[in-house]
Amino acid sequence: MTDDDLVFKALADPTRRSLLDRLFERDGQTLTALESNLEMTRFGVMKHLRLLEEAGLIVTQKSGREKLHFLNPVPIRLMHDRWISKYNERQVSALADLKRELEEMA
Amino acid sequence: MTTIESTVTTQVYRVYIKATPDAIWEAITSPDWNERYGYRCRSEYDLQPGGSFVAYTNDGMRAMGAPDVAVDGEVVEVDPPRRLVQTWRMAMNDGIAAEGFTRLTYEIEPTPSGVTKLTLTHELEGAPMLAQLVAGGGETEGAGGGWPWVLSGLKTLLETGSSLDD
Repeated sequence: MTDDDLVFKALADPTRRSLLDRLFERDGQTLTALESNLEMTRFGVMKHLRLLEEAGLIVTQKSGREKLHFLNPVPIRLMHDRWISKYNERQVSALADLKRELEEMA
Repeated sequence: MTTIESTVTTQVYRVYIKATPDAIWEAITSPDWNERYGYRCRSEYDLQPGGSFVAYTNDGMRAMGAPDVAVDGEVVEVDPPRRLVQTWRMAMNDGIAAEGFTRLTYEIEPTPSGVTKLTLTHELEGAPMLAQLVAGGGETEGAGGGWPWVLSGLKTLLETGSSLDD
C-alpha cells in the first residue's frame, strides 16, 4: 500500500475520523481521555489509533509515564497540495481559456 | 487539575521524505535552501548553543510594510544531522511577538526503507495566537498554511527539486 492508500483507508472509518476530530479540538490526549464517551472497548480504540498512527495522521510522544497522541495534519496537507491545488489550477486555466475565447470572438 | 483536564499546548508534525538526513538538515539550516519553501524567508543560523537564529522577511512581505526580521530566536542544541533545538519568536506582529519565545525541536531519523523521518515539535505554552498561526489558522487571510504547509513544501523541494508553486 502506498502512503496515500493508508491515509484514505484510515479516513474511511467514522470512528477514526471522530478520534481525529477530538484531537483537533484538544491535541495531545492520552488513550484514557480519547476512549471516554466512546462506545468501544479500550482494545478497539487502540486498534483505531494504531491505524491512524501507521497512516501518519497521529504522532505519539511520551510525557513522563503517559503516551500522548497528537494530530498530524501533514499527510492531509500533502494530499491537498498534490491533488486539490492541481485541480484548482486546472479550473483557473479553464477560466483563462474561456476569457481568451470570448475575447477572440469579440 | 487532573491529567485528563490539562491542556497540552505542544504541536507535533511529522513528514517522511525521500532524502538523506544530511540533505534535510541542509534544507532547514542553510539560507540558500530555506528561502525556497514555505514562507520563503531566508533564515540564518549560527549553529552552536547560544548562537543566533534570524529569519528575514522576503520582498513580498516588505512590500506590504513588514519589518526586516520575520522570526528570531536562539540555537539551544545542535547535533547535525539528527537534532536541532532552538527558540522561535514571530517578530512581524507586535501582538504575537509579545507572546515571547517558544521552543522548536527538529528531529531527523533515517528509517530502514531509506526514507527519512522528520519530526517537528513546537512548544507553544503561553502563545495562543502564535499557536493558531503556525497551525495554519490564518491561511485564508493570506498568512500561509503554517507548519503543515512548510513541511509539505520542504518535502516537495527535496523530492522533486522544485518549489510547490513554481
